[in-house]
Parts: sequence; C-alpha cells; structure tokens
Amino acid sequence: MSRAALLVLADGRFPAGGHAHSGGAEPAVAEGRIRDADSLAAFCRGRLHTAGFTAAALVAAAPHGLDPLALDEAADARTPSPALRATARKLGRQMMRAARATWPGPDLDALARARPRGAHQPVVLGLTARSAGLGPEDAAHCVAYETVSGPATAVVRLLSLDPFHATAVLARLAPELDRVAEQAAEAARQQIDALPAASAPLLDITAEAHAAWPVRLFAS
Amino acid sequence: MSVHARARLRAEPDGRGSTALPVLESAGPLALRRTRSPRPPYARVTVVGAMSAPLNGDRLAIEAEVAAGARLTVDAAAATVALPGPRPDADPSTYTVNLTVGEGAALHWLPEQLVSAHGSRLHQTTRVQLAATARLLLREEQILGRHGEPTGALTTRLTVHRAGRPLLDQQLTYGPDAPAGWDGPAVLAGHRAVGQLLLADPSFEDAPLPARLLGPTAALTPLAGPAVLVTAVAADARLLRGILDDAMRELLDGLKA
Repeated sequence: MSRAALLVLADGRFPAGGHAHSGGAEPAVAEGRIRDADSLAAFCRGRLHTAGFTAAALVAAAPHGLDPLALDEAADARTPSPALRATARKLGRQMMRAARATWPGPDLDALARARPRGAHQPVVLGLTARSAGLGPEDAAHCVAYETVSGPATAVVRLLSLDPFHATAVLARLAPELDRVAEQAAEAARQQIDALPAASAPLLDITAEAHAAWPVRLFAS
Repeated sequence: MSVHARARLRAEPDGRGSTALPVLESAGPLALRRTRSPRPPYARVTVVGAMSAPLNGDRLAIEAEVAAGARLTVDAAAATVALPGPRPDADPSTYTVNLTVGEGAALHWLPEQLVSAHGSRLHQTTRVQLAATARLLLREEQILGRHGEPTGALTTRLTVHRAGRPLLDQQLTYGPDAPAGWDGPAVLAGHRAVGQLLLADPSFEDAPLPARLLGPTAALTPLAGPAVLVTAVAADARLLRGILDDAMRELLDGLKA
C-alpha cells in the first residue's frame, strides 16, 4: 500500500467535484441549527456516525471484493432521498472520470460501462482505492474524512466561520474518524445485507428541502 | 427471569373473497386477536399486550406470512413501552419482526408507537420479504422517553426486500448507547418522536410519485424501487402521528384513484 496514494485521493483538491457540496450543512445553517464551531462539531459527529459510517462500510466493501453492482443497489436501499441518490451518482460519475485518469484499471472500466450515468460515489471510491493499491481501512478513512471535511469547509463560507476554528473541529474529530474507519472496515467483511445502514432522518428530510431552493451556494 | 416469546400468524385467501387466518399463535406478552375489519377483503389482527414488555433481557418475535392473494391488517391495542426491568446487568431486549407478503397480497402493518423508557435497552429488527406484486403499508414510530424523561437506548433496523432485491435498509440508533451526535443538528436536533411510513406497491413502477415536503420536518420520497417513504421527526408522539396519518390517507386515496 502507498501512503502517498491515500493523500492524493483524500486531498480536497482531487478533482472529483466534492467542493461543490456541503453535506447537508447549507440547510442546517439556514435553519439556525449550525451557528458556530460547537454546533458544527455536533453536526459533523451526527453525520459521521450515520451517513458517514454507512458510506465508509460501502467503500471498504469494494476492496474486500464484493460485487460493485450489488453494492450500488445496497447504496440505493440505504438512500431514501432521491436528491441524495442523484448527488451520490453525480459525485460517482465525477470520481470515475478522475479515477480512470489517475489509477486506471479493469474494475473501474467495467463499472463505468455498467453504470454510464454514474454509480454511487462510495462504490466508485472503493474501486478507486483498490486500483490505487489501498486497503479497506484506508478507503474507509478517506470517506469518513470527506463526510466531515465537506460540511466544515462549507460552513466557513456559509457562516464566515474562522477557518482555524473549522479546522480545529476536524482535528478534534480525528480519534472518532479513526474509530469509524476501523469499524467500517470490520463491518465490510460481512455479507452485503449485513452492511451497516445507519441513517439520519434530518439529513434525508432537509436534503429534499434544499434541492428545491431556487438559489443555493452548494449543490447539496 | 427474562421472557422468550415468538408469536406467529398466517393469512390466506378463504376462497370467498375474504381472508382466513389458519395460523394465529399468541406467545407470552404478544397476544394476537382477530378483530372486526372495517374493510371486508382484509382480515384484521390486533396485537394485545398481555403483560408489560419488553423488559431488558426479553426476546420477543412476531412472524407474519401473508400468502398470495390474501389481505391482512395488523394493528395494536396500545403502544409498546420498552422498560429497564429488575436486573441492571441484563442484555438489551430484542424485538424481531419477520414479515412475508406473497404475490398479489397486501399487508398493512400498523402497530402503535414504540416508546423507549429511561434505562431500557432495545434492539428492534424488522425484516420484510415482498413478492414483486405485493403491497406493503408499514408504519414505525419511535418515541424517545415517556413524558419528560430522558430516552433509553434504542436501535431499530428496517430491511425490506422486494423480489429478492434490497428496497430499503435503515438503521436508527438513539440514546445512551448511541455514538455522539444522535441528538445533534444532523440527526434529530432535539426532536423526540421519529417516524417512517412506507408504502410499496407495484403501481409505482409505472407512475412513481414525486418527492415532496410535508412541512418543515417531514418529507415524502420515492425510493429507487416502486415505493415511497415518509420520514418525519416531531416534538412529540401526537404531532408525529398527525403528520403520518395525513400522509397515509393521501397515499391510500391515491392508490384507489
């Protein structure tokens, strides 16, 4: 495994389109549920242990060799919000383009052919990690971090939160990120139906509200 | 002493346009009663709590099979209250619901609220297998704590397969055993009542419903398969039921039209 490959993949500048998404932070700011660094931290924790854990296990399952199309179906069943399914497939398509340019491989080609309009992003990310020579836990780390870094970055813009404070939130979450990645990699050894399905009701509800806003700063 | 109980029921067409119940087995605290159905093709079964349950350490299960062409409503006489019980070191209680709905059959699974009392620990698992042409209307409501008390530890998982493929898989974890953030702005934001209403019907294959908000804390969303899910959070059980009842009425009227 290559530690540098993990840094390339997890870098916010990796051209996979993630910067356009707030991970549900934009509606939470609008409704006054994220107001400062503390409420941002609580939001990130909730997202990490629900949607983040579920996505991290899906990501870790691909390097374990589970069938990507079955994982894509499992991701659909775990995403009741059509706005979030559309976001996941759009991000999956963008990740696929970046991945085939950086770590090309037959698994990515096969998934791109089977899902030309995009597979769920965690499924693509899992295959990308495998193509880059990364293991299940590295892959899970990558998505766990992305689950919280997206909202933290977005809140800097949405609330003019001090970027030092936002980064401090991420740093304090580091031990929890490690734990979630470890648990997700462990959970990914199971049969596909036993993969985690942790969900967050408000993220699903507000994603639909946000998708209907006529003007918004972030795509999701 | 913890209780282990498994209740069973099976519904079949009775050959005269209605539904028979050849199996109706109560067990421990789960007493099953055939009750009068307001809608004749449907048989109706009401789950009557025969004792206070589940207490920590109890293992309860219900299995219901609705054979091809049969129509069944299952409801309950009262809310289910998960309680701590006498032994502080007891394992969490488990409540397992396994439902099977055959071709052309319909199941309306409409229990009352599940209340997680302070000090209780409960894992509820609901698994549903639907045939491709089956209809399912299913409601689940989680109430976190009785009035004015902190919640117990509650995990619920709802897994629905249709024609062998996953349709919906959701796990909710709240209370003292849950990872941090469960009460925060991404998950509940202080709301104490959470509900799901699922309607799976083959007619959604050709005519899926559009996603729609049902107020500031509830949404109706079409799933990737032929089904819609209403997800709602509310301050209390009464407000939650109001949202789900309105949605249910509208969805059922839409199916008749």
